[in-house]
Amino acid sequence: MAAISDTHSHGHGDDHAHDHKPGFVARWLFSTNHKDIGTLYLIFAAVGGTLGGLLSEIMRAQLQFPNNHIVTEGQEWNTIITSHGLLMIFFSVMPALIGGFGNWFIPLMIGAPDMAFPRLNNISFWLLPPAFVLICIGLLMGESGSGWTLYPPLSNAIYEPGMGMDCTLFALHLAGASSLLGALNFIVTIFNMRAPGMTLHKMPLFVWSELVTAFLLLLAVPVLAGAITMLICDRNFGTSFFDPAGGGDPVLFQHLFWFFGHPEVYIMILPGFGIVSHVVSTFSRKPIFGYLGMVYAMIAIGVVGFVVWAHHMFISGIDVDTRAYFMAATLVIAVPTGIKIFSWIATMWGGSIELNTPMLWAIGMIFLFTVGGVTGVVLANAGLDEVLHNTYYVVAHFHYVLSLGAVFSIFCGFYYWIGKMSGHQYPEFWGKVHFWLTFVGVNLTFFPQHFLGLSGMPRRYPDYPAAFAGWNYVSSLGAYMGGAALLVFFYVCYRTFTSKAHVADNYWGEGATTLEWTQTSPPAYHTYLEMPRIT
Amino acid sequence: MSSDAHGGPVLTSSGLKHPYHLPDPSPWPILGSLGGFLTVFGIVLAAHFGNYVVLVLGALTVLTTMFFWWRDVVRESRIPGAHSAIVQLGLRYGMTLFIASEVMFFVGFFWSYFNFLIFPDTQGNGQTVWPPSNVHTFDPFHLPLLNTMILLLSGTTVTWAHHCLLEGDRKGLVRGLGLTILLGLSFTACQAIEYSHAPFAFNGGGVYSSVFFLATGFHGFHVIVGTLFLTVCWFRARAGQFTPQRHFGFEAAAWYWHFVDVVWLFLFICIYWYGAGQIAAE
Repeated sequence: MAAISDTHSHGHGDDHAHDHKPGFVARWLFSTNHKDIGTLYLIFAAVGGTLGGLLSEIMRAQLQFPNNHIVTEGQEWNTIITSHGLLMIFFSVMPALIGGFGNWFIPLMIGAPDMAFPRLNNISFWLLPPAFVLICIGLLMGESGSGWTLYPPLSNAIYEPGMGMDCTLFALHLAGASSLLGALNFIVTIFNMRAPGMTLHKMPLFVWSELVTAFLLLLAVPVLAGAITMLICDRNFGTSFFDPAGGGDPVLFQHLFWFFGHPEVYIMILPGFGIVSHVVSTFSRKPIFGYLGMVYAMIAIGVVGFVVWAHHMFISGIDVDTRAYFMAATLVIAVPTGIKIFSWIATMWGGSIELNTPMLWAIGMIFLFTVGGVTGVVLANAGLDEVLHNTYYVVAHFHYVLSLGAVFSIFCGFYYWIGKMSGHQYPEFWGKVHFWLTFVGVNLTFFPQHFLGLSGMPRRYPDYPAAFAGWNYVSSLGAYMGGAALLVFFYVCYRTFTSKAHVADNYWGEGATTLEWTQTSPPAYHTYLEMPRIT
Repeated sequence: MSSDAHGGPVLTSSGLKHPYHLPDPSPWPILGSLGGFLTVFGIVLAAHFGNYVVLVLGALTVLTTMFFWWRDVVRESRIPGAHSAIVQLGLRYGMTLFIASEVMFFVGFFWSYFNFLIFPDTQGNGQTVWPPSNVHTFDPFHLPLLNTMILLLSGTTVTWAHHCLLEGDRKGLVRGLGLTILLGLSFTACQAIEYSHAPFAFNGGGVYSSVFFLATGFHGFHVIVGTLFLTVCWFRARAGQFTPQRHFGFEAAAWYWHFVDVVWLFLFICIYWYGAGQIAAE
C-alpha cells in the first residue's frame, strides 16, 4: 500500500484546482456529478425505507394479537402490504444499492471521472420521486390492494377499480424507466471507462456485481413494462390479456411478472454480495479468496436467474413436468451461491480479523442470507411448496434473504464507506449498538415466522386464529426492536454528520485496496481528471 | 486485482487528461422526469375522468425536453474534443443496449401472442383454436405484404444513404434519407388504413384484437419514432453536419430503423401469416 500513498497526491493537486461546485439548484436539481446523484439516491432510499418500515410496524402492531383492530378493513390491510413491498424493493433497496453505492463507487473504483452519461444519470434519479408520489397516491387512496405481485384478477378493474391502482402501475413504469436508464449507464461506464490497465479480470468485485445487476435490469425490466402495459390496457381500454371472459389468461401475467420478478431478487442481492466481498476482504486483511470464482459465480447466478421464474408459480396450475424443470433449475442456483458463501468464509479463514461495525454487518449478512438460502432450497421443492406456498414460511424466507441479506449489506456499505463519502467517521460504539439491536430484532421478527408458516398460517391476512398468537406476539416484539434500531441508526447519522473530526484517505488501512481509498475523504468534486494507470 | 502484497492495484498517473465528456449541469433531465410524471398521471386522469389537460401538458413537456436535450447533444458533438473517439464508442454501446432493452419489451408481447397461439384453451374457456373461431383476420398478402416490402425497401434506401455518406456524397445522402423517410410515412399510412378496416375492435374485441393491436401498435409507434429520428438526421445531413468519419447520429438512427424493420418481419411472419385465420372480406 505504500505505493498508493506515495503516488496519490500526484493526481490530487490537479483535482483541487477543479473543485468548484455549482450553486444549489444547479448542483442538486440539474446535477451531472456521480457523487451528488449517488447522495441523492441514498437520501431517497432512506426516506423510502423509513416509510416502508413504518408500514411494517403498523402491520406487526395489527398482528401482535388475534382479533386486533388497528387496521380496520381488509382493503386497507391489502394496500399496506402492497405499498410496503413496493416501497422496500423499488424505493429503498434498489436506490441504495444500485443508484446510491453504484453511482458513488463504480467510477471511483475503476478510475473514471464520472458516469458515461451524466445527464441520463440525473434523469434516472429524478424519475424516482414522481414514482414515489404515485405509489403514495395508491397507498393514501387505499386502492392498490393487489399485493406487490399485481396479479390479476386482484389488480383488474373489477376487484380494484380505483385510479389508485393505475397510479401504482404507472409508478412502476417510471421506476422501471429509471432502472433501465441507470443500468444502461452503468454498463457503458464499466465497459468503456476503466482506467488503463484495469482489465475485466482485475475489476473490483463490487463493480462486477453492479455489472451483472445492470444486465439483469436491462433485460428483465422491459418485460415487466410490457406486462403492466397490458394490465393497464385491460383495466382501462377494454383489452382482455388476462381476462378469461375475452379468451385471456391470468397465469400469463404471472409468467411475465416473474420473468422480471425472479431476476429482480438477484438485482436486489448481487450488489450486496459485492459490498460484502470488499468488507470481508478489508477486515480480514486478505485478498478475497477465489476472485475469479466469485466473478463467474455472480455471472452464473445472473444467467440461471433468468430460467427459474416459474418456481413462484408451483401452485398456479402449471403441469408436473414444468414444475420438475423449474425445481431442478432452481436448485442449481444453490451451487454458485454456495461458492460465494464458502469463498467469504475462506477469505476470513486465517485472516487477521477486525470485528468493527462494517465487518459485523458483513458477517451478519453472510449468516442470515445463508439461513434464507437454505429455506430457499426447501421452498424450491415443488412438492414441499405445495403446502408452504403463501404461508408465513415464504415470508420468513424472503425477509431473510432481503431484509436480512440486502438490507444488512446496505448498512454494511454505509458503515464501510460513510467516512469516504462524508469525510466524517461514524461513532463505533453506536454503530455496534445499531448492529446488535437490528440483529436481535430482525431474527426475533422473522425466525418465528418459519414456525407460523410450517403450522399453516397464511400470509397477507390481517388476523389469525388464536393458535398462532404466541409466535405472532414474539414476532411483533422483534419488529419494535427493529424499529428502535432504526432510531439508533438516525442517531448514528446525526453523530456522524455533526462530527468535527476528519478521516484520512484510507482509514481502514492495508486491507482496503481498491481505488476509492486512494482518493481524499470526501473525494474531490471531480476525481481522476488526469487518467490514472493501474499497474 | 493483483500486484502488491495485499492484492491491491497500484495507482499511478498516466499523465494524460481523461478523454471523456463531462457535461455541465443541465435542467433537461429533471424537466423530462416532470414531463414523464405529468404524462402518466395524465393518462390516469384521462382514463378515469376523461380529462386530457394534464396528459397534453405532460406530452408537451416531454417533447420540449427531448428537443432541448438533444439540441445540446448535437451542439456538443460539434465542439472539438467533446465527443472523442472513446465517447463515441460509449454512445455506440449505449444505443446497442437501448435497442437490446427494446427487444425485451417486444419479447413480452410475443410471449403473450405465443401463449395464446400454443395454448388457446389455457383457462378452459372452450376456445380450442387460434385465432379464435369468431375472429376474421387480415389477408397477410394484401396490405401487410405491401408494408413488408415498404420496410425492406426502406432498409436498402437507408443503406444507400449510408454509403453515400461514406463516399462524401451529400446529395445522395439527403436523397437516400429522404426516400427512407417517405417510405416510413407510407408504412404508417398503410397501417392507419389497415387499422381503420380492422374486422375486430380493440376495446372489448377479445384476446386476439388485444394482442394484435398492442403488438402492432407499439411497433407502429416505434416506426413513427424512427421516422422522426431519420427526419432529424435529414436536416442535419442537409446542414452538412455528418462527415465520412463522424456520423454516429446517423448510424444510431439507421440501427434503430433496422431494429424496427426486424420486429416487423417477426410480426408479419408470426401474427399476420402463421396466425392467419378466416380471412376477412375486403
